[in-house]
Amino acid sequence: MQNAIKVRGLRKVYEDKKNGAKVAVDGIDLNVETGEIFAILGPNGAGKTTTVEILEGYRDRDAGEVSVLGFDPGDLKGQDRTWRNQIGIVLQSTSDAEDLTVAETVSHFAHYYSNPKDSEEVIAAVGLTDKTNARIRTLSGGQRRRLDVALGIVGGPKILFLDEPTTGFDPEARRTFWELIKTLQIEGTTILLTTHYLDEAEALANRVAVINNGRILEVATPANLGGRMNAKARVAWMANGRREEIFTDSPTKEVALLAKNFDGEIPELVVSRPSLEEIYLTMIGDQEVSA
Amino acid sequence: MKPSVLRIGLLRGGLEIKQFMRQRESVVFTLLFPVMLLFIFGSVFKDNIAPGVTFSRYFVAGMIASGLVNTGFQQLAITIPMERDSGTLKRLRGTPMSPVSYFIGKAILVTVSMLVQVAMLLGFGLAFFGLHLPSTGERWFRFIWLVILGSICATVLGIAFASVPKSGRGASAIVSPIVIVLQFFSGVFFLFSSLPKWMQDFAALFPLKWLTLGMRSIFLPDNFAIKEVAHSWETGRTILVLVAWTIAGTLISIKTFKWSDR
Repeated sequence: MQNAIKVRGLRKVYEDKKNGAKVAVDGIDLNVETGEIFAILGPNGAGKTTTVEILEGYRDRDAGEVSVLGFDPGDLKGQDRTWRNQIGIVLQSTSDAEDLTVAETVSHFAHYYSNPKDSEEVIAAVGLTDKTNARIRTLSGGQRRRLDVALGIVGGPKILFLDEPTTGFDPEARRTFWELIKTLQIEGTTILLTTHYLDEAEALANRVAVINNGRILEVATPANLGGRMNAKARVAWMANGRREEIFTDSPTKEVALLAKNFDGEIPELVVSRPSLEEIYLTMIGDQEVSA
Repeated sequence: MKPSVLRIGLLRGGLEIKQFMRQRESVVFTLLFPVMLLFIFGSVFKDNIAPGVTFSRYFVAGMIASGLVNTGFQQLAITIPMERDSGTLKRLRGTPMSPVSYFIGKAILVTVSMLVQVAMLLGFGLAFFGLHLPSTGERWFRFIWLVILGSICATVLGIAFASVPKSGRGASAIVSPIVIVLQFFSGVFFLFSSLPKWMQDFAALFPLKWLTLGMRSIFLPDNFAIKEVAHSWETGRTILVLVAWTIAGTLISIKTFKWSDR
């Protein structure tokens, strides 16, 4: 498949008079395929936002090659509007246009694009139909975020950038939001998402890049990250009032053995692989120690 | 096909005006506050400063000049940093909207609020403070070009100055005192000719002094010119100063305008 985003050797250094130079992005390579949801996962300050803002054309870079839909966001050669017509950006928290209504804002932004979606449909897609004529300042945090997405998708983008889209959401709002993002993927939008929520990456992403200290530690499907599928499984059960557990490469065999020993039901049996969170924390932790 | 820059600019102008009218603070401070000032000062100082010329008439001319500074410079130098803080500018930068459209929208906002402001000050001046409409075609002509040139100058300086405040919240605290001090120094609240020389010299560096002088040349009798510091309306020099500031403001704006704070 064709790459919607291609990054090679990306590097960004921030000059800081007090502390000297800080390397925010230290040689990143990325391929995001057309039509996939790609998540960049990492702790605060890992370089996620810097990377994404270079891809969005907000920041210049110090080294490396970047291609987004075949354009170089750092050198658009006067093609700014043509390129921005094809991308949608949902930034981190914003608080603008508070005195306008949802409908006014979405239909106004639609005018910026050459082939926009119907604003009423976009408002419905993000679940804000009830709030169509509400002033933006009256919206809740989650509703505002959905409006942000509406403004990001009203131009019918080929690529949608989402920077920590569900920070501050309650669990139900997050699930509704994830459904919306999945729908966009089905409609053919490529989505690049940054998050520090593991469950979000697991629920949405086809592939995940874990990044820390400006470097990519691994790119894999959520199921395979950190050798998760090959990690030893934990088998735990109760025996004589005590919790027993073993870590094994062959959990099925162990369970069969236990079933034989107990002659039927194994008390409080648990078979588990490490969660994405455990894998992730191990990866980040290892790097912290080595760094 | 790309939507036209001009059409989006006009749409942005409509949106800017809608937002302006919905913000009580902006309506009160930008439009009503100068009118309140006019009533307070105009009612207190009714003495004659020359035969047939009351101070309130002198003051209305100065307030009309200030109106251009309020709606152009002050309004933009405060609201643009606020838009930068709130992420409005960054969001717009991420869309195919041309920056030119954004500035067309701002220009429309300034024009409309300036026209309302000037009309209100003129109206109240005519009704209560002995102001006369320009009496000759030549004066009307001078009034129109002064309003246009003054507005353009104030607008580009507002955009240029918008890069100075570090935050949206701090913008008003930096910009408002500058405007108020300039009003005191430039002969809005006091007779310019009665101010200390150093104040006059300082004020002469900035556009407001020249705008107030220009407005007086339109709304005061011709023979009042003799009472001015240079004993003349100095029309040529006024044009020169305003054009110079407009060019400087434009160059600074192009060089320093920031779409986000980082």
